[in-house]
Amino acid sequence: MTSSMILADGIRKRFGSNEVLKGVSLTLAKGEVVAVIGPSGSGKSTFLRCLNHLETIDAGRIVIEGDTLADNDAGGHARYVADAEVRRICARMGMVFQHFNLFPHLTVLQNVIEAPITVKGMKREAILPKAEELLRKVGLFDKRDAHPSRLSGGQKQRVAIARALAMEPDIMLFDEPTSALDPELTGEVLRTMRQLAEERMTMLVVTHEMGFAREVASRVVFMDGGELIESRPAAAFFASPEHPRTRAFLDSML
Amino acid sequence: MDYILSILGPLAEGSLVTLQLFLITLLLAVPLGLGLALVRISRFTAASQAVNGYIWLMRGTPLMLQMLFIYYALPFVPGIGIRLPDFPAAIVAFALNYAAYFAEIFRAGIQSIDRGQYEGAKVLGFSYGQTMRRIVLPQVVKRILPPMSNETITLVKDTSLIYVLALNDLLRAARGIVQRDFTITPFIVAAAFYLLMTLVLTWFFQRLEKRHAVYE
Repeated sequence: MTSSMILADGIRKRFGSNEVLKGVSLTLAKGEVVAVIGPSGSGKSTFLRCLNHLETIDAGRIVIEGDTLADNDAGGHARYVADAEVRRICARMGMVFQHFNLFPHLTVLQNVIEAPITVKGMKREAILPKAEELLRKVGLFDKRDAHPSRLSGGQKQRVAIARALAMEPDIMLFDEPTSALDPELTGEVLRTMRQLAEERMTMLVVTHEMGFAREVASRVVFMDGGELIESRPAAAFFASPEHPRTRAFLDSML
Repeated sequence: MDYILSILGPLAEGSLVTLQLFLITLLLAVPLGLGLALVRISRFTAASQAVNGYIWLMRGTPLMLQMLFIYYALPFVPGIGIRLPDFPAAIVAFALNYAAYFAEIFRAGIQSIDRGQYEGAKVLGFSYGQTMRRIVLPQVVKRILPPMSNETITLVKDTSLIYVLALNDLLRAARGIVQRDFTITPFIVAAAFYLLMTLVLTWFFQRLEKRHAVYE
């Protein structure tokens, strides 16, 4: 039996009196591409952010590649492992944000090599070939000396993907990667993600792009009101959604 | 003309005192201010509140009073009792006072950086220190240049306060000559000296701003 890449079990999270995750469980196998869809406010982004410790969970268990990040204590409250261990585990997950979060004071190339140099202590010469290869892959090698402010949204997002990949993650998390883009720019980002999926990267993608979910994802998860409503293979999910709330949501998207 | 040339010497000597005070204050107050700002925004509530109180005290009382206190009163404070010579006393007062103002400028600059920058750094594995050093502070520099330019220009002129400790800065040198020769020319020449210093500063900050404008 292969252990799962991500195991999330009974994740609960509240902001004040508002419980945004009401016991969400999800597992990802190696090479799986899972799309998380759902109305805004359904908790899907929060769930993603819990996985790599951008939010701390109140209850539940998170295991990444067999290593426990957080687990319930006897009282049912989530306890995290030591800080250094948290950082080590989370380093295996790359993340792409809705608003890119590129470093504006650095050039495209510097954005990509900054973390390998600062965090991993790599020499510039050692990471340069890999960084240039990644920039070629996302089609932005000719922009390597430009600052992010000179790029379009789609280009920024592709740099953000290259930046995450430079740390050689085993898992990639995408938090609505195309939601801040003009419609004509989403295609180039989705193409890059599709390419990544074809290379068998394990991916968890919170998205509003039904086309992407249908064509690229191996599995689609529907969340609503802080609960995971339905999780099925993509084709089956769209062909015959089981839950009435899923059907209502899919109808509203058309 | 000859008269102006004849007073340039003593006024230049006075400028030297002014410039020394200015530069040493900057060298001490900038790192001290940064440290205060980092404590102020830290999670350590007690330390943060202490810095808050310090800033209130330093901004809430006149610099001249602080200087007089450090020079005249500090020797008699039980437990401290340090007697500082006049110039060091002035330096300490200026550095402590300006650090408070700088701290607020740095704090505003740091807090103006988008949360996304911290998250972007965090998911790449940056520690808090690395995030500050490599990602946040380099961006803060650009944003605080205009207020820092303001504050340093004010500092150039505030240096004239040290006349109360009988230190011969530019203004006191000029006043000495005015009283000796019964002419206001030294004041005008002193004004020109101050203007020259602020001109250099203005030019310096404009260049810095231009250099940092590259990425926006």
